Amino acid sequence: MADFLQTPLGTFLLIAVQGLGIIAFVMLSLLFLVYGDRKIWAAVQLRRGPNVVGAFGLLQTVADALKYVVKEIVVPAGSDRFVFFLAPTISMVLAMLAWAVIPFNPTWVLADINVALLFVFAISSLEVYGVIMGGWASNSKYPFLGGLRSAAQMVSYEVSLGLIIIGIIISTGSMNFGDIVAAQDGNLGLFNWYWLPHLPMVILFFISALAETNRPPFDLPEAESELVAGFMVEYSSTPYLLFMAGEYIAMFLMCALMSLLFFGGWLSPIPGLPDGALWMVAKMWVMFFMFAMVKALVPRYRYDQLMRIGWKVFLPLSLTWVVLVAFLAKFEVLGGLWARWGLLG
Amino acid sequence: MTIFALAFWLFAVSAVLAGLGVVLARNPVHSVLWLILAFISSAGLFVLMGAEFVAMLMMIVYVGAVAVLFLFVVMMLDVDFAELKEEFAGHKALGGIIALVMLGQLGFGFAAWQSAEGADALRAAPIAEGVTNTGALGMLLYDKYLYLFEASGLVLLVAMIGAILLTLRHRKDVKRQNVLEQMYRDPAKAMELRDVKPGQGL
Repeated sequence: MADFLQTPLGTFLLIAVQGLGIIAFVMLSLLFLVYGDRKIWAAVQLRRGPNVVGAFGLLQTVADALKYVVKEIVVPAGSDRFVFFLAPTISMVLAMLAWAVIPFNPTWVLADINVALLFVFAISSLEVYGVIMGGWASNSKYPFLGGLRSAAQMVSYEVSLGLIIIGIIISTGSMNFGDIVAAQDGNLGLFNWYWLPHLPMVILFFISALAETNRPPFDLPEAESELVAGFMVEYSSTPYLLFMAGEYIAMFLMCALMSLLFFGGWLSPIPGLPDGALWMVAKMWVMFFMFAMVKALVPRYRYDQLMRIGWKVFLPLSLTWVVLVAFLAKFEVLGGLWARWGLLG
Repeated sequence: MTIFALAFWLFAVSAVLAGLGVVLARNPVHSVLWLILAFISSAGLFVLMGAEFVAMLMMIVYVGAVAVLFLFVVMMLDVDFAELKEEFAGHKALGGIIALVMLGQLGFGFAAWQSAEGADALRAAPIAEGVTNTGALGMLLYDKYLYLFEASGLVLLVAMIGAILLTLRHRKDVKRQNVLEQMYRDPAKAMELRDVKPGQGL
């Protein structure tokens, strides 16, 4: 068996099976994420939310997904058929792709690469294409406007996300998630994690992640009060399902990224308790709860306000922070709170 | 065939095909999409060569930002491409001559190609053992070639300032929004409740 795994075919099969494992985890989470999102939203608005299909409505998402799949696919006349179907596929595939480098504990990771953080960043910067292509290929007014909005929005917020990530890289001295989490290990439990030294950036990262994933209050590419449903107007059935799933998976990825970068990944918050993948999943769920609460509580921004915050507030703040962290790390201020590369050996 | 070779051929073939697609596609938006595929394939080739940092930068900068702006502009263009093509067809001879000259120059360039002494040995092992790709690049850019690197940054900055200066104009006749003023507006001063008597008005 061990010999077989060394052969090209064996390696390929091993990677394929591991990849399927990750896809299974993400798709299963997706079912309950959508359910959880709707339940939280309903609870804030004093409604019951989905409660009919299955116990407590747990199978509502399954029913919805089945219904989407069996509906008729409507392709608008004059649309670019190939790009029209390519767009939802791309947004789904890219959202799944980034999970290849997300670790759940020191050994559970599909691809343990040096530049994992950059890889996730690169993939999430590609996700804009699904939206732009969908908006353009529909050959219709509202989708096109949605696509243009999203292009400008995602490019703007990537800048501040990238700068915040640079602060983490400076503190760790590595772009590998395993190293980043290892650098947050210590005797103080949750006070060793990066949220404390990088406190202002946690908030900025969270807000930028909302904008990057087109979540409310920054869901302007699909603002239903102005653009009906933005880039998704002409989509129905399975292509729509793919867009929707891609959006949720990208958001869950941002939750994973936040828990890895700022909240210690699989490390236990209380010293003495064992570390493990369960902590990681729990942290991702807590992050997702925050995403869902923001959706329920905050009204949608105006587009010019969104751009103003991105370029005139977030960009200068995160750029200043990068310079500041570089100095704090170089001169090992406060006993090397910002310089953790010594921990990695 | 190893997985490595398989991946190489996959990326190489898709890079060449995508390059052809850029030139041959009738629709400019399709051209840009092919261009993106070409970028991604060459990023894959960089990974296979062990230059993972360059590959990721390629994805982030070219695919994630430059190509988005390309697509943005091309989508907004409203050009009649049949008309444009007819116009181009008139210059076929001139275009052919330019292409021939460029091909000849490239040919001469490659024919007279000489590597420096010891370059082959360096090419086989570009990075010292125990240093990551990113670390080695960082040492080169920020230690060895710091001044050149900063100077190229300044060149880009000048280009950016120039572009902004060329397009920036403050129109006097347009009302501008002052966000700070809006945020510090006091509702008590801005609003007044008046008791209007019926039939009298204010």
